[in-house]
Amino acid sequence: MPPRGLWEIVGRTAYLVFCTAVFVFLIAPIVVIVPLSFNAEPYFTFTEGMLRLEPAAYSLRWYQNVMGDPEWRHALLNSLFIGLAATVLATTLGTLAALGLTHPALPGRSAIMGLLISPMITPVIISAAGMFFFYSNLGLTQTHLGLILAHATLGTPFVVITVAATLSGFDPNLYRAAASLGAGPLRTFRRVVLPLIAPGVISGALFAFATSFDEVVTVLFMGGLEQRTVPRQMWTGIREQISPAILAVATLLIAFSLLFMLSVEWLRRRAGGR
Amino acid sequence: MTSRPYRSRIRQVVHATAFVLLASLSWSRPAAGNESLTLVSWGGSYARACQKAFNEPFTAETGIEVRLESYNGGLAQIRAQVETGKVYWDLVDLEMADAARGCDEGLLEPIVAADLPPAPDGTPAVDDFFPDMITECGVGMLFYSTVYAYNPTHLPGPKPTTIQDFFDLEKFPGRRGMRRSPLVNLEFALMADGVPVDQVYATLDTPEGVGRAFRKLDTIKEYIVWWEAGAQPPQMLADGEVVMSTAYNGRIFNAQVLENQPFVIVWDGQVLDHGILGIVAGTPNLEAARKFLTFAMRTESLAAVGRYIAYSPARKSGAALMSTHLETGVDMQPHMPNSPANVARALSHDWRWWRDHGDEMNERFSAWLAR
Amino acid sequence: MSSNRQAEADTFFLSGPQLRAVGLVLPLVAFIGLTFIAPLATMLSRSVYDPVVADALPATLDLLQDWDGVHIPPEPAFEAIARELRRARQERTLGRVATRINRVHGGLRSVITRTARRVREAEGLSWRDTLVGVHAAWDDVQTWHAIRHAGERFTARHYLHALDLERRSDGRIAPRPDEYRVYVSLLWRTLVVSLSLTGLCLLLGYPVAYLIAHAPPQRASLLLLLVLVPFWTSLLVRTTAWIVLLQTQGVINSTLVALGLIADESRLAMIYNMTGTMVAMTHVLLPFMVLPLYAVMRTIPRLHMSAAASLGASTVQAFWRVYWPQTLPGVGAGSLLVFILAIGYYITPALVGGQSGQLISNMIAYHMQSSLNWGLAAAIGGLLLAFVLVLYLVYDRLVGIERMRLG
Repeated sequence: MPPRGLWEIVGRTAYLVFCTAVFVFLIAPIVVIVPLSFNAEPYFTFTEGMLRLEPAAYSLRWYQNVMGDPEWRHALLNSLFIGLAATVLATTLGTLAALGLTHPALPGRSAIMGLLISPMITPVIISAAGMFFFYSNLGLTQTHLGLILAHATLGTPFVVITVAATLSGFDPNLYRAAASLGAGPLRTFRRVVLPLIAPGVISGALFAFATSFDEVVTVLFMGGLEQRTVPRQMWTGIREQISPAILAVATLLIAFSLLFMLSVEWLRRRAGGR
Repeated sequence: MTSRPYRSRIRQVVHATAFVLLASLSWSRPAAGNESLTLVSWGGSYARACQKAFNEPFTAETGIEVRLESYNGGLAQIRAQVETGKVYWDLVDLEMADAARGCDEGLLEPIVAADLPPAPDGTPAVDDFFPDMITECGVGMLFYSTVYAYNPTHLPGPKPTTIQDFFDLEKFPGRRGMRRSPLVNLEFALMADGVPVDQVYATLDTPEGVGRAFRKLDTIKEYIVWWEAGAQPPQMLADGEVVMSTAYNGRIFNAQVLENQPFVIVWDGQVLDHGILGIVAGTPNLEAARKFLTFAMRTESLAAVGRYIAYSPARKSGAALMSTHLETGVDMQPHMPNSPANVARALSHDWRWWRDHGDEMNERFSAWLAR
Repeated sequence: MSSNRQAEADTFFLSGPQLRAVGLVLPLVAFIGLTFIAPLATMLSRSVYDPVVADALPATLDLLQDWDGVHIPPEPAFEAIARELRRARQERTLGRVATRINRVHGGLRSVITRTARRVREAEGLSWRDTLVGVHAAWDDVQTWHAIRHAGERFTARHYLHALDLERRSDGRIAPRPDEYRVYVSLLWRTLVVSLSLTGLCLLLGYPVAYLIAHAPPQRASLLLLLVLVPFWTSLLVRTTAWIVLLQTQGVINSTLVALGLIADESRLAMIYNMTGTMVAMTHVLLPFMVLPLYAVMRTIPRLHMSAAASLGASTVQAFWRVYWPQTLPGVGAGSLLVFILAIGYYITPALVGGQSGQLISNMIAYHMQSSLNWGLAAAIGGLLLAFVLVLYLVYDRLVGIERMRLG
């Protein structure tokens, strides 16, 4: 396109400046946390020493602090345990459901889809309140099982959506082809379907795990002392006493989520740019 | 070509699911075999004092482990446990009004007053505890008070000395920290508005009085930063987030002596209260919990708390055991909330009034906050 | 190829395919039904059903059925309430009964608990005189109205309460006293904040999504990462980050002071107020706007714009007439997602909102965790749920729920 004069250039520049500002807004807060977590002083701003890059102004004390704290270790174990269990549950159920949902013969598809993704679009405060009332009737509050069920529920929509998305590019003729070659249904699933949808399943699982790993409202309502998770512990920390130890945990979590994000992106590309 | 790995992966997934579900079923509660108790207290430096004064010596004496959990008051969690029948808190350090309500609601075990240990000189507990301390479902432990404090580094110029000054934005501009609760704040507001100490609850007993208290709070509302945990005010004062803040006196004391913070406590208009130790109804560890309560109520145990934080025992015999701060050697007496110099204008918290009116005040307070 | 195999494959894939599809979906439908729909149903039933008082005071309530509501009830009602309150005290349900009656009529908690503590027998007087001797409130018809009202097993009072209304003793529905009115204004505030956040995210997100969608692939994936990083980063981490940046002694204020732009005493109050809530929530929600927009935009060939331009349309016209309408599904999905997330947001306002930045969900949490007025929490939740459901249906009608994508 030929340039249309000065206004075009001004507009284009303003547009780029605007977008840059938005990107800075998105990224800067996360980036700022990382160096501050190495602060040798118990402050939340950059000390002069830090700005002058003096090695003495940086330290690992907050990391040692966190690693040495049994409460954080317990919280991490809980988070991993609840997260993994919820992920396995959500991924299994969600993948099956996605296979059914993309089957052309399914009656009442959109109603079922609406039902299955409802946990994702219901404000979590409402879900958590409902789960608290219901699970306390069943004696499931303050148990790991209760939180696993709650987190699996919140995670399933992500699995359903990602797997269904992978399947929407799936050629149903492959079923017939496999069958005509003599493969049984389970074998077809394993050898034809699963390899094709695996990236979707794994991304769905990662989404489900991340959902559980970052979930705090249901933990606040339903979890007890034994079910303290990392976000729950952070919640207490932020509310009551922000110490740079929180920033150390935050930095670790950032590294963790970067890892997750890159895995999902990689899988997404492998699945064919979906 | 990928059949084998996938097949085994499916099997792994199935196994993992089964394992995880079974494990979660069995992992709901730690094994009941080895005896342990959970004491729920107010976190931060106070919890640390309880750990040193109660938990460690108790474990040394009985072999029963005590885990410390923290909360910010209220009966919600206790009720949730009692009503669902899964009691995992054994002992709770309660505010008096909550203890009374919890008792009415059947959330706390009745106290066996005869079990309470006598004073070192043999005086029976019933005579040794200060009046009103032994209640149906809990026993008073320590006197503490809600005061306000300021950080001179962030407050140049003249310093506040009275409760009126806390509400005086002209003389002392800046944000103030207050607990997110009507409790104590209504009393502060009325005292600052000129109500004599002995008239505060009589005034609150009338709708006009309550209105007056809220109107007084209105005058500084925009400048209030609300806190919930006792550990927050020292932090906010140190950070300069507020120029002054209401706080539990012991937390300010600890920041003064342990962190060398230059905070100053204004004792004028302090609200003196006492903490109650109660046992959660239906705890599976009732025997051990009773044992702990008896242990903690010894004069020596209560006085030991006063070596870590400026709270004083709820028993008369405690005064004789008062000494210095263990880590710094500071004489504790002048820092205690009920020491004579500090009670010149002190209000005794009226838990009966709060038991009866807490709900309405909370509702009105949350409505007031949100508008 | 064995025909047997073929038949087996046929039963599985071709004949009875509906059954098979349903069979695959069924486990999750059952799971969601049990772990999600049943809880919501429990919540809704809590909002209208409260048996505590009805169970504790059956005889009293029975007698009050025939009461005219104008005069003080007859002697048997006094006897019944005295006995039933005593029994409630023994069974340790008194506190819960008193709490509920107190919620209908403030101040009655002490009347109820004191009566239960003091009254044993009629002590030679009538039951009425005995009770009035304990507390004068027993001589007030309002007390009895409150008991009758609190004794309703099925009740609309939580919903009335959630709308700042109450039922007076004469049955009229009227606004609550001014100093207790809060929910309507809070619902309104939540609505306004959610709409502003949606607008703000659209305003910030649309240009950015456009930039990413039409950038060369290499640069696009790099820019997309800048959106995905906050999307994946833990909510609590991001909230912490904003506290670190915005607080009085935080990074931004300190930088401004160091640069001499503001005086040390006049540091800006950017957190623990509405500003804090808005900034942090925009940050949290923006990716939920950008990703659906991006997903839609990258399917739109840029050629359309060029074509329009070559036909003589100005850039603005080309955008407005050709490009914008094609992005509407993305705008719809993003806005719905952001709005729904915003309207139920709890964590961020609770941590950075101070008092002025609180939203209706903080009230739900407050009643769940502190005031223990679970019926009211359930009713507010019910109202919010109804609202979200309506939005959802509207969206489904306009865009179609199946087009929900995650970027």
